[in-house]
Amino acid sequence: MKAIRVFLLTAWALFLAHSVRAELVIEITQGMDNPTAIAVAPFDWAGAGTPPEDVAQVIENDLARSGQFAPVDRGDMLARPTRQQEIFYRDWRAINSEYLLIGRVSVTDSIQMRIEYELYDVNRQVRILNGYEEGHVRDARMLSHRVADEVYETLTGVRGAFATRLLYVAVERVPGEKSVYRLTMSDSDGARPVVLLESREPLLAPSWSPDAKHIAYVSFETSRPAIFRQELATGAREQLTNFQGLNGSPAWSPDGRRMAMVLSKDGSPDIYVMDLGSKALTRITRHYAIDTEPTWSPDGRSIYFTSDRGGRPQIYRYDMASGNTERVTFEGRYNARARLAQDGRSMVVVHQSDGQFHIALQDLVSKRLFVLTSTDLDESPSIAPNGSMVLYATKSGDRGILAAVSVDGGVKFRLPSREGDVREPAWSPFLPRGQ
Amino acid sequence: MKQLTVAGKMLTLLFAAAFLVACSSKGTRDDDAAAEAAARAAAERAAAERAAAERAGSERAEQQRLEEEVARVGNVFYFEFDSSTLTSQAQESLDAHIALLRTNDRTVRLEGHTDERGTREYNMALGERRANTVRDYMVVNGIPSYRIETVSYGEEQPVAYGSGEANWSQNRRVELK
Repeated sequence: MKAIRVFLLTAWALFLAHSVRAELVIEITQGMDNPTAIAVAPFDWAGAGTPPEDVAQVIENDLARSGQFAPVDRGDMLARPTRQQEIFYRDWRAINSEYLLIGRVSVTDSIQMRIEYELYDVNRQVRILNGYEEGHVRDARMLSHRVADEVYETLTGVRGAFATRLLYVAVERVPGEKSVYRLTMSDSDGARPVVLLESREPLLAPSWSPDAKHIAYVSFETSRPAIFRQELATGAREQLTNFQGLNGSPAWSPDGRRMAMVLSKDGSPDIYVMDLGSKALTRITRHYAIDTEPTWSPDGRSIYFTSDRGGRPQIYRYDMASGNTERVTFEGRYNARARLAQDGRSMVVVHQSDGQFHIALQDLVSKRLFVLTSTDLDESPSIAPNGSMVLYATKSGDRGILAAVSVDGGVKFRLPSREGDVREPAWSPFLPRGQ
Repeated sequence: MKQLTVAGKMLTLLFAAAFLVACSSKGTRDDDAAAEAAARAAAERAAAERAAAERAGSERAEQQRLEEEVARVGNVFYFEFDSSTLTSQAQESLDAHIALLRTNDRTVRLEGHTDERGTREYNMALGERRANTVRDYMVVNGIPSYRIETVSYGEEQPVAYGSGEANWSQNRRVELK
């Protein structure tokens, strides 16, 4: 009995060790030329012992990661105000901080957390934002991200996307054995990784439902590829496809009722749309070439996909109403796996130039293409729901890592895992409060 | 009459003896024929067995030769970059497998793989195309398609990690299992 208990404890410890190892570490590699200086003073803690989370630090890191802000180092602060009457603007002008964020954290009944915050314009000496976030204390980080979202939107005019999540696949190579694949969900900063599914067979193509309550992915657990849907709250899984040949690239329609996918059951890989209620399939493409990697336009009227029907992989657009297909990319020999920005005006693709694979952004109005990255073997681009950053997978040495670049190419950061390979990031939609 | 009677008795005896001799001699001839037939049959059986053994032996030898040939060429067929065309070397290796598969009713699984360059789902399709190329070649050469299962792993299961052609060329492959 004792031996069994020791074994279980060891197994649990190993499991914990794994979840720690899968955690991503953020390294900002390039920021904007003139980032806005902001001081995030440590928040007041009105509770016993140490606070469950350094809320101010989470907010500061979020703002820094956007590349648009240069947070003031805590060591340089001349004061640590937590209330309006404690603010002396000269303390902040002296260290060239343009903005100041202060706040207070309290927890009642050791469950309910409340974060109050106030944002000040140091030069104009006025409060420009104040508010609060409330929720379960275990969601302290998510509440902190929501404060960062409010500050970001106030100062940039763009909705913040810090209170969002990432899906990715972490792979642990085991010498002489099959690799271990872990479908993982984390906060947008890589913190709090949770393994949603572990398998000795490949897991790939994770994607979010528009309400962020479900995910879909491809699993080889049946020794063949199959598309699965999984509910995040319960972990309940449903196998959606089991066709001969490819079963891949699940992509939810914006209304959440249909799923585009690639199947090769009728010979060559083609795009199909499954009605998730009836499970009925509609065939979208009918071509002997490879048609794959479907993605919806935000208005749900088009499906963009990769096809090599012209000899090399390029992006094509299928119009749902007319059934017409047109080619969208023309620059370069290889453009694949498109993802559209939420405003539908641009898309990111994997683009090959000079023999290297980069992430590029194509303006769908002007049709111009901009290469955003200078790393090689870049793939799986995913746009933040506010359109500010593109998360993608690349290689560093012989290891797969995640990296991000702003849509103007000005800001870059890397999110390597502490160990193993990470790949196929999928940025969540905006999350409803409490999720 | 008495003499005649004696003579008659002698005759009777002679006849009886002759009959007995005749009977006995007839019995010997019948036994010989049966033995000959048995020997002939045994010989035939032995010959058939020898022939069968020889046939089986040569079949075994042929089988062994095919198996050795398959072991020699290996069960991995390599491809050029972004190509699903069989190289002549891959074709030669496949011919060895086809020759062996014609002698049995085994089913095979063809697993298509690519190198890491390009997108994962496109590579999934490319891996399938490679596996299908191998399957089609086998079908054309007499292996019924119901004995062949194909699956693509795309770039998910590299043999060689790391970048550069030396690694990539090992990963662009179809494995016969």
